[in-house]
Amino acid sequence: MDIFVFQILNSLFYASVLFLIAAGLSLIYGVMGIVNLAHGSFFALGAYVTATALRAAGDVVPAPVLFLLLPTGAIVVGLVGLVVEPVLLRTLYKRGGEEYPLLITFGLLLILEDAMRFIWGGNPLPAGKLVEYLGSISILDLSYPAYGLFVIAIGAVAGIGLWLFVYKTRFGSVLRATSQDMKMASNLGVNTSMVYMAAFGVGSLMVGLGGAIIVPYQTAVLGMGMDALILAFVVVVIGGLGSLKGALVGALAVSFVRTLGIQFFPEIELAVLYIIAALVLLVRPTGLFGGKI
Amino acid sequence: MMQNTSLRSATIAGFSILAGLLVVPFILDPYQTLLLTYGLVMAIAALGFNLLLGYTGLLSFGHSAYFGAGAYAVALSAKYLGVTSMEAFIAIGVLSTALIAAVFGAICVRHTKIFFAILAMALSQVIWTLAYKLYDITNGTDGLNIPFPTLLGGSMEFVGSGSYQRFVNAYYFYVIGFFIAALVVMWVIVNSPFGKVLQSIRDNDVRAEFIGMPVKLYRWFAFIISGSFTGLAGVLWIPLNRHVTPDVLHWPFSGEIVFMTVLGGFKSFIGPVVGALFFNYLKTYAIAWTEYWQMLLGIVLVVLVIALPTGIVGIISNLASRMRAGGKQ
Repeated sequence: MDIFVFQILNSLFYASVLFLIAAGLSLIYGVMGIVNLAHGSFFALGAYVTATALRAAGDVVPAPVLFLLLPTGAIVVGLVGLVVEPVLLRTLYKRGGEEYPLLITFGLLLILEDAMRFIWGGNPLPAGKLVEYLGSISILDLSYPAYGLFVIAIGAVAGIGLWLFVYKTRFGSVLRATSQDMKMASNLGVNTSMVYMAAFGVGSLMVGLGGAIIVPYQTAVLGMGMDALILAFVVVVIGGLGSLKGALVGALAVSFVRTLGIQFFPEIELAVLYIIAALVLLVRPTGLFGGKI
Repeated sequence: MMQNTSLRSATIAGFSILAGLLVVPFILDPYQTLLLTYGLVMAIAALGFNLLLGYTGLLSFGHSAYFGAGAYAVALSAKYLGVTSMEAFIAIGVLSTALIAAVFGAICVRHTKIFFAILAMALSQVIWTLAYKLYDITNGTDGLNIPFPTLLGGSMEFVGSGSYQRFVNAYYFYVIGFFIAALVVMWVIVNSPFGKVLQSIRDNDVRAEFIGMPVKLYRWFAFIISGSFTGLAGVLWIPLNRHVTPDVLHWPFSGEIVFMTVLGGFKSFIGPVVGALFFNYLKTYAIAWTEYWQMLLGIVLVVLVIALPTGIVGIISNLASRMRAGGKQ
């Protein structure tokens, strides 16, 4: 029973982080029709930046203040997104063809991976002070790190926040209008360049936040983004690319399967995940909630 | 008339390049021969990849699976079945990649565009995780080693002193043979009625469907052929490297295959070959020059996509047609 609760909490923890990654990916795709292959590197960048901030301030400020530094990674990655979209991607829209954005973001991935290696070196960067500070809490007879619950809460808040942003704000309806018919929105006076930039920025902010909140719990390491990207792909393949609901359901599904897998069939845990994704596709070719935002 | 002269000049160019390739081991040092062999192997991989991208309009970000599966099929059959003959390796390797491509392809060709790309990538990582995690069978990240295979039905063995040197020279010609065969077979495929259907699917799949073409089936065939060519390249690659790790199955390696194809120009037949050879030198010298070679390659790719999307062959043919136009004035 204890182990059962423990595993559910673990699943929710991974689901929160995975949701942030996949929702960012889906938001960008839903609005712009672009898949950012450097999305995983953005995740790693968020983790590294937050880890650096936490480590630099760790000895100076009291632990509760460190929570305020947690979003630094998200903000930096959001700003990177705001630069990348106009500088690298904007020239490609008129040319058409999906291959060019994929290629250019693959180039960006190569650049970012080496840039992170250049800045932070090859050694893992731990920043676990917040996890120590929060300690563990006991649920039934078992003790669970309170930071894990904090991450689950952040995931829930971010999910609700994103939903409100997309469906309840004026800008959200402009975003959805652009997503459905970019030319029509443009004719109606929407500044679609601005919308694209904002969508890419918000998507980057989300994935950066994912990296930022996981780093106190898991060390920042090189290559963490590569695996994160593939997992996010599995999430959107299951949930449907471009759908926020799909990102949520997909993240939960993937996390629970992974947790089960690590417990019962560790060697083929990822392979089982892919097989499930393939089965979903055979039944629902566009994923469970495929389509536009 | 025009057709004849261009065909004749292409034939002359082809034969002079072939003659040049055949004398390479006699004039260049062994390292350069080895480097060129790697380049030719990658050219076969890119040639296969481009049947999907250039001729069928499907961008696969999962071709590392077929390259790596070819290499692992060799390493595993050497380790567990005691196979030593290169021809047997090729048969086993190409068959197993064709099988994997048939399974993955059946799932992928239900989709196009970005969804096809990420699906191909996600599926390719199944093979990667298996090679990575099934440590007892594959040695995990330590990888597998293979001895020098025998060539030409066991008539050429490489043991004792100087075997490395002898292998590198003999294997170069061996790879040239497969390279030319791959070029010819691919040329025949893309110019056959089958190849023309693929191009019509690339240009307008709805119309192709309307005139009665089984679009998904043709895409599936193209996927299997493409995967098998890339698998053959993986098979030919491992005797050069003599060591395989899951890195050749990891998806960034798929990105490299895409990269070299676009570098050469995916809209021409010969583009992927030129791109693969060029990329091979670019990567080798970038690694020798800086620890941060990936960043260098990334910058090259970004500049390429923004400024020179037609690749090397596109630029050259553009220049050539401009010069011809200039000469007439």
